[in-house]
Amino acid sequence: MNEERITEKLNILADAAKYDVSCSSSGSKRKNENKGLGNASNGICHTYTEDGRCVSLLKILLTNHCIFDCAYCVSRSSNDIKRAAFTVQEVVDLTINFYRRNYIEGLFLSSGIFKDADYTMERLVRVAKKLRTEHKFNGYIHLKSIPGASDELMREAGLYADRLSINLEIPTEAGLKLLAPEKNRQDMIKPMGFLNNEIIQHTEEKQLFKKAPMFAPAGQSTQMIIGATPETDQQVLYTSNYFYKSFNLKRVYYSGYVPVINDNRLPALHTSVPMVRENRLYQADWLMRFYGFKVNEIVDQQNPHLDLDIDPKLSWSLRNLQVFPIDINTADLQLILRVPGIGVQSAQKIVSARKFGRLDWEQLKKIGVALNRAKYFITCNSSKFERRDLTGNAIKQYILAQSQSKYLKNSVTQLNLF
Amino acid sequence: MTTLIYDGTFEGLLTAVFEIYEHRLQHIKIEKGEWLATALFEDVIKVHTDDKRAGRVLQGLQKRLSAGAMQRLYAVHMAGMEGEDINIIGYIRYVIDSVQNVEEDYGNRYVLRLAEMVRMIRREKHRMEAFIRFQKLQDETFYSAIEPDFNILPLLGKHFKNRYTDQKWIIYDMRRNYGLFYNLHAIEFIALDFSTTRPDNVISTYTEDESLYQNLWKNYFHSVNIPARKNTKLHMRHIPKRYWRFLTEKI
Repeated sequence: MNEERITEKLNILADAAKYDVSCSSSGSKRKNENKGLGNASNGICHTYTEDGRCVSLLKILLTNHCIFDCAYCVSRSSNDIKRAAFTVQEVVDLTINFYRRNYIEGLFLSSGIFKDADYTMERLVRVAKKLRTEHKFNGYIHLKSIPGASDELMREAGLYADRLSINLEIPTEAGLKLLAPEKNRQDMIKPMGFLNNEIIQHTEEKQLFKKAPMFAPAGQSTQMIIGATPETDQQVLYTSNYFYKSFNLKRVYYSGYVPVINDNRLPALHTSVPMVRENRLYQADWLMRFYGFKVNEIVDQQNPHLDLDIDPKLSWSLRNLQVFPIDINTADLQLILRVPGIGVQSAQKIVSARKFGRLDWEQLKKIGVALNRAKYFITCNSSKFERRDLTGNAIKQYILAQSQSKYLKNSVTQLNLF
Repeated sequence: MTTLIYDGTFEGLLTAVFEIYEHRLQHIKIEKGEWLATALFEDVIKVHTDDKRAGRVLQGLQKRLSAGAMQRLYAVHMAGMEGEDINIIGYIRYVIDSVQNVEEDYGNRYVLRLAEMVRMIRREKHRMEAFIRFQKLQDETFYSAIEPDFNILPLLGKHFKNRYTDQKWIIYDMRRNYGLFYNLHAIEFIALDFSTTRPDNVISTYTEDESLYQNLWKNYFHSVNIPARKNTKLHMRHIPKRYWRFLTEKI
């Protein structure tokens, strides 16, 4: 192996792949039963880059040669950048050697589209096949499903990969038309539907026959770029909700647009990355998946955007003060989960602990409840609780005045208040 | 106030609990190790570890706790967290004094403290599963040195044995001076003599391609960073500085 050449390739093709934010290596149950190398289970973040993002997989493109010219993409065909391509063997060697040193959980392989969809997809599948069959590799493999590739190749990919994904990239069809005129939204949705059916079918077979082969056991995911086009949070979250419900997606990722190209259809080059908005979208996503919230409770016609100052659960609570206060010692788990400042773990601890005796403020604080937010919405085993009839706005101001939010320094309007 | 001095073993701790009940002690201090001269002025009991007495306390615990809670209790003691023996004893006394199973009574300070310690140990174990970096030696053994905050090395064996079944590996705890060695069949505990083989001397026994892959990994680490999103605070929270000296990409 030529050290200089492989280093250069790795730099180019890792750099081009980094805007895909998916890093998850969890959700698979692949065991090391063949005395081979590796296993895949709960997911491990092996390191973190200086931007604070986790590095779990070797995330690279097979090549950044691409026939498409999507405005938001650094690898667009009209962009004058260095191009490179790995051979199948090079990707296999890198994966195995990184894995053996415990650098990574596995491989996330994507690619620019060279020649056509099938030709590209066939290469991706070949890498996965080689790892699984020739090297007995049981680590995590995430493959991109290339829109427009044949069903046979998709099916073969599912047999070797733990997760498959297609990125919607732009939340709405109109946005996609504007920035990626050669791409067709239906081409992305069709394989998602096909793979979803295959996953359901294989899961059923697996329940009947233990030896039935696994098919993409970690499911499908997708990604949307936020802030490249003028969608509202309502549009973004309704799109996520639709894909969670219709295609059983495991994750939708939100990627704040990083300006990489000068193009008048896009935000200018030195626009800052919308990191706060991205964070609020993830919080809303969590509310839908783990806290029993419906999407129309988080955003609606009157509130199409998430409040950037406070988290979406607190926003919802302030709009629905008639629900509160609730008694922590009697309320249902589902209701406790809706209290700002109480997470899933604290809620479960509360429900376990109150069987042994009524809980007071001190105990709630020790269990891990953020009382600075929760105290306006609950009562407990104490005669002290918030008796004033505060408006939502007043509560918000009290909480913001006390909080050390990492975002306050970015918010000029907040500082002007004092 | 009575001070109990025990030998640091789990059986020793259980024997100490037996003595507490036998002498009907209320306020106690517990210490590991040798009989110190300074202790002469206080009310001191030297605990002689006794399998029979420890066994009786163990039985009492097993009757009142689930198997999972027993394992967690054992792991918490083994982790050797500074100054926590008194809380472990508090927990054991609370369990024994209660009629029902109280392992989920998070309103009790000892139960909650134990849950916190379990979380700290799990996090340290998980960090090691993430931050261990193997270096390939000429004899095809993959070697790694660590300095975990707590004694969690025995908890790591299963994960690495399942994952790296087909390669020999060593994980060595530099702070506690012992290691795990997987010889392709089973895991053994080992102690290396670094007076003759210095730990930083392994570089001389690298395989040929070891530095190639270390450099590739460092390059990869820098290529995937997005400077426009720089967030040092978050970065430091995820990998605190004390782990850096063992991380190939941060050296």
